[in-house]
Amino acid sequence: MKKIEAIIKPFKLDEVKDALAEIGLAGMTVTEVKGFGRQKGHTEVYRGSEYTVDFLPKIKLEIVVDDGQVEEASKAVVTAAKTGKIGDGKVFVSSVEQAIRIRTDETGSEAV
Amino acid sequence: MKSITRKIKTSLLLWLFVIIPLAGFTPQLLAQDGEGKAGEPKTEEAAETDAEASPGEEKPAEEEAGPVDDYNGLLENQGDGAPAFDFFATSMLWTVIAAAMVFIMHLGFSTLEVGLTQSKNTVNILFKNAFIIAIGLLTYAICGFNTHYPGFEEGEAWFKWGSMIGDLNADGGDTWGYGGLSLAMTGYGDFIFQAMFAATGATIVSGAVAERVKLLPFLIFVTLLVGVAYPVIGSWHWGEGYLNQMEVPFKDFAGSAVVHAFGGFAALACVLILGPRKGKYGEDGKVKAIPGHNMPLAAIGVLLLWFGWYGFNGGSVLSADPGPLGLVFTTTSLAAAAGVVSAAVVSWIVFSKPDLSMALNGALAGLVGITANADIVSAGSAIIIGLIAGVIVVFSVIALDKAGIDDPVGAISVHGTCGIWGILAAYFFQVEGSGVGLGSQIKGILLVGGAAFVFSIVVFGALKAIMGVRVSEEEEEMGLDKSEHGTEAYPDFN
Repeated sequence: MKKIEAIIKPFKLDEVKDALAEIGLAGMTVTEVKGFGRQKGHTEVYRGSEYTVDFLPKIKLEIVVDDGQVEEASKAVVTAAKTGKIGDGKVFVSSVEQAIRIRTDETGSEAV
Repeated sequence: MKSITRKIKTSLLLWLFVIIPLAGFTPQLLAQDGEGKAGEPKTEEAAETDAEASPGEEKPAEEEAGPVDDYNGLLENQGDGAPAFDFFATSMLWTVIAAAMVFIMHLGFSTLEVGLTQSKNTVNILFKNAFIIAIGLLTYAICGFNTHYPGFEEGEAWFKWGSMIGDLNADGGDTWGYGGLSLAMTGYGDFIFQAMFAATGATIVSGAVAERVKLLPFLIFVTLLVGVAYPVIGSWHWGEGYLNQMEVPFKDFAGSAVVHAFGGFAALACVLILGPRKGKYGEDGKVKAIPGHNMPLAAIGVLLLWFGWYGFNGGSVLSADPGPLGLVFTTTSLAAAAGVVSAAVVSWIVFSKPDLSMALNGALAGLVGITANADIVSAGSAIIIGLIAGVIVVFSVIALDKAGIDDPVGAISVHGTCGIWGILAAYFFQVEGSGVGLGSQIKGILLVGGAAFVFSIVVFGALKAIMGVRVSEEEEEMGLDKSEHGTEAYPDFN
């Protein structure tokens, strides 16, 4: 089992969710995060004082998939989340040791 | 242990819901004396308003006693003022509605302050605001009203301590005779309208000291500010004290000075003693922005304040006199509107982006600016007064930051600086025959603002010496909600 962690632009979430649904992956966890990579921050003004905002709002999407589906899933995420402009985000793939479905106690591939 | 707690709970419930209500109802249950069920008003006499009905009303035949007789009874009670009863009742109605609208300004202050400060201090802000309206009303009843309006005698002009309010309906207090045309309301109406004003002055301070003031000394300070300073200083003008006894009396229609500048300068004094928020000003004088956490709440707050201001200024007509009432509503609206526009434009030019919080402050600036003179200026003048107020407030905010005076919500600029403007505008824009003198206006604003400032320096300074007025650095970083209240405003994942 592998975990795919994707940091994407917030407005791309629906597209990515739909793209994953199309290949049969319907479960995921989503968090609101802030971050930056090479995309620089920008300056804002509040009541006359300037301040730089380095951290930009992003969405972190986490799904755990069977080894066999990793390629497909990663590709789907990248294609759906891409805009071609700076700040599109990143996808990370890591190994998952164990997965358990809480309701039924299923483990391993059945739990994913 | 558990059984003791349960016993306490049970007995508490028993007392609250069985014993006390029974005790309350028992006298009525026992009072059954054949004249109908206990507690029901008897047809002719039981209603209190009929208590003064003349003996001639009580006709032996019950069919003749009708609603018209009840009304005639009301008129009889008005004595000489009976012909004016309808206007009197209408004016009183407007007064109490206006009082409720001024009350809403506290909701406006609360939401505005919450919106312009950080979420970790939200509970603290709300607590302070809730306390201020409560303590304002209580102290005004206990000593404020009679100190504010002490009935200065010959030779008195500065200070006369008042006692708790008694029965303000007594001795014709509920008739036209209480105040005539210039104060067309009952004694209680006068009291409650003014009581709502008292706390609005004090709550100005809570915004300026937000996010770093220690709770207890602040509560003590604000109790003294609204309980002592407000009525005493106010008595110099509305209480017919010195400022009204001058050859050319001071003019402050609804309180640009005695409420707004009063609060603004008290706030300034406290902020000077308190110091800025940690990290607000860098060594090189650089100003660090600490953005508010909820712009919707801030906007809601300002619009609520604007709404409440119709009661604040409109109610200050002190009757339902249609002429001044319409004028005041108009000038108030136009000044607020103009303030929004000029503040937005100026901030757009100066900051290169239009700043919402400045536009909102602009509305308030316009409102404060018109508060002294809403009944003696034209519509066109109101617009100009508001435009200038909007410009003033932006530059005042900038100037205070440059001077290292940290005011998270702009209270000092809106109420202090623009309060001064409102008082001066009363002279510059008065319509012919209003009788406002520049010297008197300057004298008045210096006295009122100065007194509020000095009082606050002394009292807040004393509190600093006795118990400290500022939370520790860790508490400030953690947020006052956790450190002072042990709770969070937004405990869920938000």
